[in-house]
Amino acid sequence: MPDDPTKNEQTTEAEAVDAEKTEAAVDAAPETADAEPETVPEAPPAEGSASDEAKAARGGSGVDDDAGATGDDGADDEPATSTSTLTVTIDDRPIEAPPGQLVIDACEDAGTYVPRFCYHKRMSPVGMCRQCIVEVEGPRGPMMVVSCMTPVADGQVVRTATDGVKRAQEGVLELLLANHPLDCPVCDKGGECPLQDQAFSHGPGESRYVEEKRHFEKPIPISDLVYLDRERCILCDRCTRFADEVAGDPLISFTHRGNDTQVLTFPDEPFSSYFSGNTVQICPVGALTATPYRFKARPWDLAQVESTCTTCSVGCRIVVQSSRDELLRYQGVDSDAVNWGWLCDRGRFNFEAVNSEQRLKVPLVRASGDALEPTSWNAAMGVATQLIEEALAAGGPAGIAVLGGARGTNESAYAWAQLADALDVPYRDAQLGDGLPAELLDLPRATIDEAAAASTIVLLGPDLKEELPVLYLRLRHAAERRTCRIIELSAVETGLTPYAWRSTRVEAGGSAGITDALGADDVKDQLGKGGVVIVAGRGNLAESVDAATASLRAVLDAVPGAKLLPAFRRGNVVGALQLGLRPGGLAGPRRSEAKNGSGTPEPPGVPAAASTTVLDAIGILGAAADGKIDLLVLLGADPLADCPDTDLARRALAGARRVIAVDTFLTDSSATADVVFAAAA
Amino acid sequence: MSDVPSYHVAGLVPTGPRIITSRFEQADGYTYDGYVRSGGYTALRKALTEMTPQQVHDEVKTSEMQGRGGAGFPAGTKWGFLPPDVFPRYLVVNGDESEPGTYKDRLLMELDPHQLIEGVVISCYAFRAAQAFLYVRGEMALAQERIAEALNDAYANNLVGKNVLGTDFSVDITLTWGAGAYIVGEETALIESLEGERGMPRLKPPYFPAAKGLYMQPTIVNNVETLANVPWIVTESGQSFHDIGAPSSTGMRMFSVSGHVKKPGVFEVPNGTTTFRMLFEAPEYCGGVRHGRAVKAFIPGGASAMWFYGEHLDLPLDKPTVDKAGSMLGSGAIVVMDETTDMVAACWRIVAFFARESCGKCTPCREGTTWLERILKRMIDGHGRPDDLATLLDVCESISPGLAWPPRQTTICPLGPSAVSPIASAVDRFRAEFEHYVAHGRPMDGIHRHAIHGAIHHAPIPVGVAGA
Repeated sequence: MPDDPTKNEQTTEAEAVDAEKTEAAVDAAPETADAEPETVPEAPPAEGSASDEAKAARGGSGVDDDAGATGDDGADDEPATSTSTLTVTIDDRPIEAPPGQLVIDACEDAGTYVPRFCYHKRMSPVGMCRQCIVEVEGPRGPMMVVSCMTPVADGQVVRTATDGVKRAQEGVLELLLANHPLDCPVCDKGGECPLQDQAFSHGPGESRYVEEKRHFEKPIPISDLVYLDRERCILCDRCTRFADEVAGDPLISFTHRGNDTQVLTFPDEPFSSYFSGNTVQICPVGALTATPYRFKARPWDLAQVESTCTTCSVGCRIVVQSSRDELLRYQGVDSDAVNWGWLCDRGRFNFEAVNSEQRLKVPLVRASGDALEPTSWNAAMGVATQLIEEALAAGGPAGIAVLGGARGTNESAYAWAQLADALDVPYRDAQLGDGLPAELLDLPRATIDEAAAASTIVLLGPDLKEELPVLYLRLRHAAERRTCRIIELSAVETGLTPYAWRSTRVEAGGSAGITDALGADDVKDQLGKGGVVIVAGRGNLAESVDAATASLRAVLDAVPGAKLLPAFRRGNVVGALQLGLRPGGLAGPRRSEAKNGSGTPEPPGVPAAASTTVLDAIGILGAAADGKIDLLVLLGADPLADCPDTDLARRALAGARRVIAVDTFLTDSSATADVVFAAAA
Repeated sequence: MSDVPSYHVAGLVPTGPRIITSRFEQADGYTYDGYVRSGGYTALRKALTEMTPQQVHDEVKTSEMQGRGGAGFPAGTKWGFLPPDVFPRYLVVNGDESEPGTYKDRLLMELDPHQLIEGVVISCYAFRAAQAFLYVRGEMALAQERIAEALNDAYANNLVGKNVLGTDFSVDITLTWGAGAYIVGEETALIESLEGERGMPRLKPPYFPAAKGLYMQPTIVNNVETLANVPWIVTESGQSFHDIGAPSSTGMRMFSVSGHVKKPGVFEVPNGTTTFRMLFEAPEYCGGVRHGRAVKAFIPGGASAMWFYGEHLDLPLDKPTVDKAGSMLGSGAIVVMDETTDMVAACWRIVAFFARESCGKCTPCREGTTWLERILKRMIDGHGRPDDLATLLDVCESISPGLAWPPRQTTICPLGPSAVSPIASAVDRFRAEFEHYVAHGRPMDGIHRHAIHGAIHHAPIPVGVAGA
């Protein structure tokens, strides 16, 4: 059953096993409390260069950041009152524009598209391609300026379509095409190519270039995932700027000079960045192509649907693209609140698992022998029902436990929690002993945006570059722009250490070192400014959860008003925990209790949580190992691989009398199950 | 010419003191002993012990000395742009002289390095910089060597470093050199290069390094010749400097003349009053055009300048006058082409230089200059096409809209339009030569294709240095 991502939204009877839908994320969590993030602004589905096209309602932040870069962190260019707007005349139409906005953006907001190649909203402008030339009225008559380098000014008069502007834009395009091979028919970018599109919309129509074009070896691999075709390259500096400025991995750079300029890696150093795939997406020509997508499809043949990446708990907005019933590509969608169009390579390229031959396609049931054998959905459902009934009869609801659920959608987590509620099953946990106690979610929570805008970020826990890569990009960006200070408390150096204002090595789980580090005078002053966000997760799976919690307590004691941004491991772990797949949890948004406790009837058949011992995943596995669990339900959970205590997991799977697994693959854990349901992905 | 200023008496070659070339004939002028023996470092002593920084600055202001790097911006005024009370601030000495035909700074650095160092220390004192960087063009090995030696001697004699001459003024001078890129002569590209980046012009505002330059600190970038004048101004007063030359172009100024003259070389002449004709023909300067031929065209101020012709010979070497006539004096590199010169080949030679030196950052320059070079090369190789001339001008238009002077540009920096100027000049005046090439694949009769080599391709080693 090859998955068409466009069918992701279907809710059928298979919903019960739909633990792997791609719609899930931290930020898609329901509004359970007032502190919840607002719903992610709807970005339109990307067409190729998603980040270009996605013009979600932008808050001031992104724009101001860009302008800040222009002004070189000097506020000289920006009036002090950022609330006022300026009046700019664009092609004889007066419009309002915020101070610091670039002319190219002001034009676009006014509905006038100025062609561009090097300009990218999420990176500082460089004015290199010269395509976005417009005329601005100056003291000595109209001046040609590049609109990506020119901030708006009050009373400014901009003209984007005069004969002079058209001539200049056509001239630049002809020059860009001079050495371009024009191999569009065999180029993967053809059909979604800014150079192709803008050559049609703003180009001269034909080239007079009769000289020999530049020649380079046709595509050379610059990493395992990315190919570079220097003949197609128009040297816009987008990929190199991204690598340097956004990813912090300046592993590709311009070499040579003048007409021989080319983008290259350094000798014997591949472009081994965790974020290399973004360069493919933002390349305005077909110079950079990703190995998995090369020659697979034409853009106009792609079916696509917007979704959320579930590889980690950042929840990046993506567009899932497929052709001929085969998933072919993820592209980042520029979502202001989350990923700004970026994806990490792990998230971008892990779709290949979806197309795997080894995917489970039908349910499996352990036959009389020992082997798992394919069966029909009805038969598998029947066996599962029977197992549940047997378990209820044997040990009651306390003999059943549900583990996992973090890889699915909010809807599926809610459905599973409801099922658990209906059966009075108290034992559930979407984490696998690899996170922090679910109660921490009840603390005041910060969104990614709030963290990036905080004056101080306290990092406690995992190496974000390794575990939540796009969150690393966002925090790195904030630190690089000097809009925040990062205080890192970790046992080892992490990817963010070079950008931290203070980075202190603290003993894993130790709170004394944390108290000392946060007690230093200058740190105290910094924390005293308020607006502190703690990014917390488990720094090290070898340390106990108690130690990690103690560390967090120590930070919270030092910074009482801080908000928390959980840095958990699994895709939709926060959503699953909040919707009831938490130890002792109840189905449904906890909002119902908090907001209108009086009017809302308690969910039917819910046992008083206090009457049952609340067990988290480790406790559940321990109980199973002790033979106290009759039925263990694994929702995309693979304790043998994911639980820090593998031995415990092994004993638990052996100790549980029956196991029902819902999974995309036959993992070590699901291979021990009695019934395995094939999950969508 | 009617607009020759009245203070110039036709036929009389104006004279003036040898200000900065005074040690060019002194065999050991580049050594510390030789420099001190001929009066060196007295200006520094005077400035540090008898004058306040403001007084030194005022003298330079009074002199109205225009910067000698090419733009001709008054040095004293530039110093005044430093924001008060922002420290550290830097002086960067632009010794990356690479304009084809210019070799005055090289001689100053090779033959009189101490004079430059003295000027640097005095200037740093004047605008209170504690650190100067001497950026010398990569290819100038002898200049680097001699400056290094001079710097060591100056440090050893307490003329640079901590508490210069026992005063409480301290300054360090760091010698550094480029890797051979023309564009690094542009001040913001030079700053990038100093910072260890690729030498590409900066385009972020603020554009003026005096506000934010090296390491984003206030920075004065001055040309070698500019700073070499400072000791004399301190010794003799700014007014004395101002009294030389024309009021609009004060002092003595060095011009590098190359091409089809009998005696090419660097000459220090009164600024603003000497005419091109005098420079080319006077026996104490170039001694006339070779073989007694007529001047067909000459480049008045560096390869990027619009060309001048016979009717411009009597213009004085005066910045406003030359500007008004539609070109520039630039860095004082004058290239003379006699009547046998192949203008298409001359054009190609200059455009090829700019195409080679384009940094590749912005599209019109990177793609356009190379395209221009290829069309011209095809023409002189005999493979011209009928529409080549139109295409040539149209590509020029894409780089520099209007082909006007001063040039407008679609590029980041003026390098791209620099390649347009010679084409605009040559096509305007010698279109027939281009058309002849396209039609017949060879130059017009009486024109020697290889004549250009004497003029531009092999810039001659200066054979004579003359002063009035």
